[in-house]
Amino acid sequence: MDSAHLVVENIEAGYNGESVLNKISFSVPEGQSLAVVGPNGAGKSTLFKVLVGLLPIRAGSVQVHGKPLGFHIDCIAYVPQRDAIDWKFPVTVLDVVVMGRFGKLKWLQKPGKEDYAVALHSLDQMGIGNLANHSIADLSGGQQQRVFLARALAQDPHILLLDEPFTGVDASTQETTMDLLDELHKQGVTAMVSTHDLNMAATRFSQVLLINRNIIAYGTPEEVFTPENLHIAFGGQVLSMHGVMVVDECCPPETPEVRI
Amino acid sequence: MIEFLTSPFTYSFMQRGFIAALLVGILCSVVGSYIVLRGMAFLGDALAHAILPGVAIAYLLGGNLILGAFVAAIVVAIGIGFFSNEGTIKEDTAIGILFSAAFALGVALISSIRTYAVDLSHILFGNVLGVSENDLIFTAVLTIIILLIVAVNYKQFMVISFDPILATMMRLPVQFLRYLMMVMLGLTVVVSIQTVGVGLAAAMLVTPAASAYLLTRRLPSMMIVSAIIGAFSSVVGLYISYYINIASGSAIVLTATMIFLFSFAFSPRRGRIRH
Repeated sequence: MDSAHLVVENIEAGYNGESVLNKISFSVPEGQSLAVVGPNGAGKSTLFKVLVGLLPIRAGSVQVHGKPLGFHIDCIAYVPQRDAIDWKFPVTVLDVVVMGRFGKLKWLQKPGKEDYAVALHSLDQMGIGNLANHSIADLSGGQQQRVFLARALAQDPHILLLDEPFTGVDASTQETTMDLLDELHKQGVTAMVSTHDLNMAATRFSQVLLINRNIIAYGTPEEVFTPENLHIAFGGQVLSMHGVMVVDECCPPETPEVRI
Repeated sequence: MIEFLTSPFTYSFMQRGFIAALLVGILCSVVGSYIVLRGMAFLGDALAHAILPGVAIAYLLGGNLILGAFVAAIVVAIGIGFFSNEGTIKEDTAIGILFSAAFALGVALISSIRTYAVDLSHILFGNVLGVSENDLIFTAVLTIIILLIVAVNYKQFMVISFDPILATMMRLPVQFLRYLMMVMLGLTVVVSIQTVGVGLAAAMLVTPAASAYLLTRRLPSMMIVSAIIGAFSSVVGLYISYYINIASGSAIVLTATMIFLFSFAFSPRRGRIRH
């Protein structure tokens, strides 16, 4: 796998005339593992949607490998929040993971043996190889998450974007997700992960991006999680107790659904 | 028994009726699978009603009814797009207004004919025994074209239906594929009015596909089972219609509904689907 350099310059984006992201600029070096944190409505999901081309940018630019968005079709994999999917659709777990290979196939080409082999291997890596032939309607929240991570793996991405992968899943799925990120980090895959869990961001990621419609801080957890920065981002909602940070807010919905 | 099954076929109009019903049953069921999975049932019903003025005008002018329906379907589909595109009114509101308006216009046109009641009932509820040889050829060609469209775009239709986000990321022409589905739906509705009429076309689109959904776990098997249910309902419905002398469209739809009720009762999906 090649790794990718991601450069975001002065982007503005939002919904219905209202800007959610105001002139955001940052760059992510090759193979970096980055946590994106910020309060509800800070624009974490919006940022990811911009990076995968789901939401048009009003100003600014995004470059991957030095080329504009859309040049490299299949090098970014995105795992959206799980409620974006119709879980009653008649497909099996393996069907969903094989879809991750479709980007490499021609219009009429059917997925071949190799695609199925890659998909099965990805499922094994996520510890759910035994569920390959199950209907997706049968899965628990954690299993749904693993299916989508397996699909992202099968895409063989250079950049992996995970939107709130630790929300509403069991501890073992959280661990599997972290293990996967560590493994991909070794392979030089660039990863961006949005999360509400500030402690996870502080302890498991080498770099943190703190945003609230603007960039508040970007750097190592020690540099980012200062009382001043947290106060700017969260106002009075965050408490730091004996080194453990607690945010006084509930989970998504964060931003309005985009119609695509 | 054999005579019971073969006796309808002594009439050539019955033979044509059976073939037409079979084709429409299969076609509606395959296209209907997408309608059910994408939640487009209301649109299907609306399109079916909206083609009435086209049928009526063709009827008054002595032209081809299917051609009239075809033109009306396109006009209404464009109209729905026009009124909802600006975002001023919601799409389902635009559909609701346009399909009732078109339906009212159709009834108004037909009510100007002397043999109003009979003609209207044929159009509303189908007249499978009035299928001409030309209609049959047209239906067969359309069925083949639409099934080919499904086969060629199978992978892409599945992705835009299941995961529009992935479709966008793969840079699929999502808008084009959506329009293609709308056109398929429109054409399917047009041919289905021959057997079940505008009033019941939505049932042929939705009922076999929904029954198949309850019985299967994967899209290909759902489509195949749906096609079998659609074909079976059409043939059984026609026999019932022939022997107890009820409207063919009603007989077909009621047969499909019985199959749906059985599917619902014995579905392995029930009770284990999470929302």
